[in-house]
Amino acid sequence: MTQPALSITLRASRPGFDLDVDVTAPAGLTVLFGASGSGKTSVVDAVAGLTQDVSGRIAVGDHVLLDTTQGICLPAHERRIGYVFQDARLFPHLTVRRNLNYARRVTRQPADPARFDHVVEMLGIGHLLDRRTPRLSGGEKQRVAIGRALLSRPRLILADEPLAALDDPRKDEILPYFERLRDEGEVPILYVTHSTSEVARLATTVVALENGRVIRQGSAIEVLGDPSFSPGDVRSVGAVIEARVATHHADGLTELDAGGIPLFLPRIARDPGTSVRVRIAAQDVILSRGRPEGISALNCLPGVVQGVQEGAGPGAILSLDTAAGRVLARITKRSLAAMDLSIGTELFAIVKTVAVAPSDVGGPKG
Amino acid sequence: MSWLGPDEWQAVALSLKVAGWATVLSLPVAIWVAHLLARKEFPGKQVVNGLVHLPLILPPVVTGYLLLLTFGGTAPLGAALTKLGLPLAFRWTGAALAAAIMGFPLMVRAIRLSIEAVDPKLEAAAATLGASRWSVFTTVTLPLALPGIIAGAILGFAKAMGEFGATITFVSNIPGETRTVPSAIYSFLQVPGGENAALRLVVISIIIAMGALVASEVLARRVAKRMEDA
Repeated sequence: MTQPALSITLRASRPGFDLDVDVTAPAGLTVLFGASGSGKTSVVDAVAGLTQDVSGRIAVGDHVLLDTTQGICLPAHERRIGYVFQDARLFPHLTVRRNLNYARRVTRQPADPARFDHVVEMLGIGHLLDRRTPRLSGGEKQRVAIGRALLSRPRLILADEPLAALDDPRKDEILPYFERLRDEGEVPILYVTHSTSEVARLATTVVALENGRVIRQGSAIEVLGDPSFSPGDVRSVGAVIEARVATHHADGLTELDAGGIPLFLPRIARDPGTSVRVRIAAQDVILSRGRPEGISALNCLPGVVQGVQEGAGPGAILSLDTAAGRVLARITKRSLAAMDLSIGTELFAIVKTVAVAPSDVGGPKG
Repeated sequence: MSWLGPDEWQAVALSLKVAGWATVLSLPVAIWVAHLLARKEFPGKQVVNGLVHLPLILPPVVTGYLLLLTFGGTAPLGAALTKLGLPLAFRWTGAALAAAIMGFPLMVRAIRLSIEAVDPKLEAAAATLGASRWSVFTTVTLPLALPGIIAGAILGFAKAMGEFGATITFVSNIPGETRTVPSAIYSFLQVPGGENAALRLVVISIIIAMGALVASEVLARRVAKRMEDA
């Protein structure tokens, strides 16, 4: 293993908590995940150099941005971080084109029309170039902000809840660009969110923060498939499985092949053969002791109970190993007792096709 | 402007020259001080703030006398400047200095407000894109604060055009050298039959003031429109 794409060791004291974070991440997209106030923004601002009152070490590849033991602390403008802010922060006095060229102009780099055109085309913002930024829609602003960050030739892209200010259709408009950036693999990405569906779609690596500390670190499938990992709101618990698009059916369904098990989803716009990640929310899974007959749900995954995590309330989360991968199911403790479920029990996990939203399906893993 | 007598015309031209120089030379300093007060925390900030505002609250005669004490021909600083070829006392250059100092607080106030209104988050964004502090200032802060800077400059210019007390105390009322429009109006009112000339200068003053006001309004609107339009 070569050196990590990103390594962050930080200590700082913040109102309400002490930040004490140690993260190493491979290339691809690393999600910093946690509730608000868990220290996510403190970490990204420290990486960007926007806050200076931290100690520790931050390195992107072999570029050291901060090393307080050696007295190294690059100012923000020398770090080459492409920061995509939640609120876009486009310059209101400049056109889209001049926003995109801003980094090149202030750092006196020669024009690179090929790269400019590539980024503009990828983000689909060619028709906006001569517009002023204040009247762009939220989704347009965020695409321009991504383009502006990319054209600063960053060593690392930071995205601080870039979708939080957008409504759902706009989120679906922006998410594929991050998938594409992750899969192009040119630049590592550090992505902050508190949305499990964004984690499921985007994350190569998940770093879960709570009260300024890392509580879990691992791949999205590992972390989200762990029933003891609770991302705050139990309703957002859900495992991620990897599957391959098999065929599109004439009745509007897409059939996936998940480890040999067919999965039917509402039509997704991907070619047969491509691999996708599907997040299955734990609360959308029904468990059955026997193979169900005469039921409307199309997806039925045979599996074995691998773990049971009883919550403080009336619910419990079960993890099942299936041929498709790890699946989590959230049921009541009453059902748990009535069905006499325990580790090793064989049963069927039933998932309604329409319960899987388009935003739960993502592109290939980075 | 044939309806203006040569003396009156001379006063108008001198006033424009004095106010123009006062504005042009004090504007960069005002922007720097306004930025300092708006964005930086440093010990003695309140002292600087107080000093900047002093000409606004002191009687103008006091400011003029302090200028005379500092820059008069016998004062060390005044003597040194005279040796360097820049005498101030009883010269139009001194009138420009007095006008600049009297207009300075107004300029700083307007510019400071507009710099404070610039979102620091935009400046942080510019820094992450590779802009040094100076670049952030010139490419983000300054253009976004432009309406306030224009307003400050016009206010300072108007104040310079109208400055009387500090000017007459510091550089007296010498025709062709330091007799600006307000001094000329004052002088005309001291002699019998001077009312008509004084009145003509009053009309000129009103025209120049209104013109400056309209110009600043138009400029500020154009800048605001440029920033908001799609």
